[in-house]
Amino acid sequence: MNPALLVPSTSTLVHLSPVDLVIIIFYFVLVLAIGLHLKGQANTGEDFFMAGREMTAWVAGLAFLSANLGSLELMGWAGNAYKYGILAAHWYWIGAIPAMLFLALVMMPFYHICKTHSVPGYLKLRFGPGSQALASISFAFMTVLMSGINMYAMAVVMRVVLGWDIHFSIWVSSITVAAYVALGGLRSAIFNEVLQFFLIWAGALLIPILGLVEAGGWTGLKAQILQNLTEQHAPNPGAYTHLWSTLGDFGNNPMGINWVGIVFGLGAVISMGYWTTDFLVVQRVLAAKDLRSAKLAPIIGAAFKMMVPFIVILPGLLGLALLRDPHTGNLLKLVPGDLAWSDAGRAQGLHSFDEVLPLMLARYCGPGLLGLGITALIAGFMSGMAGNVSAFATVWTYDIYGAMINKHASDDSKVRMGRWCTLLGVAVSIGTAYLVMNAQSIMDYVQALFSFFIAPLFGTVILGMLWKRATAAGGFWGLLAGTLSSVGMYAWVKVDPGAVRYVALSSQAQDQAQNMFRALWCWLICVAVTVVVSLVTKPKPDAELADLVYGLTPIPHEESVSFVRRPVFWAVIVGVVFVVLQIIFW
Amino acid sequence: MKSGGSLSIWFFIGISLAVNGAIILARGIYELVSPPEHQVVLYQLHANVWWGAVLLILGLFFSLRFSPARMARNS
Repeated sequence: MNPALLVPSTSTLVHLSPVDLVIIIFYFVLVLAIGLHLKGQANTGEDFFMAGREMTAWVAGLAFLSANLGSLELMGWAGNAYKYGILAAHWYWIGAIPAMLFLALVMMPFYHICKTHSVPGYLKLRFGPGSQALASISFAFMTVLMSGINMYAMAVVMRVVLGWDIHFSIWVSSITVAAYVALGGLRSAIFNEVLQFFLIWAGALLIPILGLVEAGGWTGLKAQILQNLTEQHAPNPGAYTHLWSTLGDFGNNPMGINWVGIVFGLGAVISMGYWTTDFLVVQRVLAAKDLRSAKLAPIIGAAFKMMVPFIVILPGLLGLALLRDPHTGNLLKLVPGDLAWSDAGRAQGLHSFDEVLPLMLARYCGPGLLGLGITALIAGFMSGMAGNVSAFATVWTYDIYGAMINKHASDDSKVRMGRWCTLLGVAVSIGTAYLVMNAQSIMDYVQALFSFFIAPLFGTVILGMLWKRATAAGGFWGLLAGTLSSVGMYAWVKVDPGAVRYVALSSQAQDQAQNMFRALWCWLICVAVTVVVSLVTKPKPDAELADLVYGLTPIPHEESVSFVRRPVFWAVIVGVVFVVLQIIFW
Repeated sequence: MKSGGSLSIWFFIGISLAVNGAIILARGIYELVSPPEHQVVLYQLHANVWWGAVLLILGLFFSLRFSPARMARNS
């Protein structure tokens, strides 16, 4: 059992006042009210699973981003910024922006024009039922398992930060999410995600603003970090405030990674896989009302994604510079969670990396503001969970139930199945949370399992969209080979840690570098197998590939739209700002 | 923009920001009159007063701009 579960409830990071509780309770009331309000607008399959395909670009774009902006994302990456410095911002910039723009400009037309309900649904149209089955079954089960793991991790954080009972956190948040998604379907999930997006910013934005005031601006912050890390004899302390200049070699930076892993592993494969084929996020964009909105939505998401480091990475860096022990005045040294939450760690008053955001919240926010900050964390968790269960319900209903179990299911029965699947998804998530509570090692394996599918799936989908010669057999065997090779490399390094020098090209490579290179290799294997098998098998006739493949899909022209209203114009603006940020923080 | 609902999502967001802003602003004003014993870092900036006011103004703007009555008049 996790040591954090044994922490007495009086030993908490922050204490909520009645004002804070009013703000938190108001949030729960509001999300349930939205679910009830939208109940009458989720009667058909298109309404329940695709929100009627009538979302504007702004609503779809903010929901697209918010579904990914879970509280573990917020706290975990703030902790990573404390641990690795500004290198953690790569996951928000090169690890997201190019992929989001690519989704908007290159892939969205195919998803939108073929009117698919899901990413596995596209695979069925393009490659046939084999690829659809492989992608949908793996996605459905991994999604609810991940949802359970996130639920458990969130409950542990609530226990440590607020002293809340772990069962209370799990059940209250789950029942609320189940209620509003089952009532209003994807529309309700999207509406709440947009609300949660605003709450996250309202609750978290004060930390970097006040932190920069206290640190004396960015220049003062950098100087303080350098001084603190030098005092602690950290190797290469300058690497904590530089984005690219220390990535020439694995040993020069705290993450133990080089630029090849970041650019090709993270930027070209992992982020492309996640942002363009993970149905959890893509579903939000599929709900857009027309092609222009569907293309603009990821661009709007990208513009806000570029700003997220301000409320996630900056608080981690501020923690490095400003956090001191209130009793001794010495620098506060955060440690890994298992150490901080052990009996010895608690006795010494240690805090984990992931507690840096709540620590900074408690530093600046008194009653009222603290409640809003905690609401932001709860909102983040619930938006992530709602995303998981709504995506699970859609994939299960259309790609498993409708494709394999009851091929002639009526629209009404699909909606009923969707509502039940929402409840089932939440129930499985709760079960997973309790399973992980009693067997921690499951968490590592499930998280790894999820990563096995993302990179090869991107290889299969992108070849399917851009290369008409790719065949059904090529798509299926490429996806399978890529997935199995990822599992194989993971197992190889587990059995023989020395194998990391082959998988990640350096014996100095650390966990993140291994993930990047494993994704890169399995994507290449997927592409290679797809190409080879496709070249020796018979392709579909062009007529069957209309609306699915580049060159055979008529993309509507945008001459009638003014230049500043065209998606490509805003994509260029976002791209330029992205490049400028890389140069500023080089 | 209603995106299918009879009430706009922006109306709900306005309500949320306005209520939270009002609560935080009220607490901030109370703390001006009666300063707390344990003060947060940079308490002297009275972040709860100005941040509460910002949220309240933003919330009122959204609530009024996307109120059901106004939306009904425009549709």
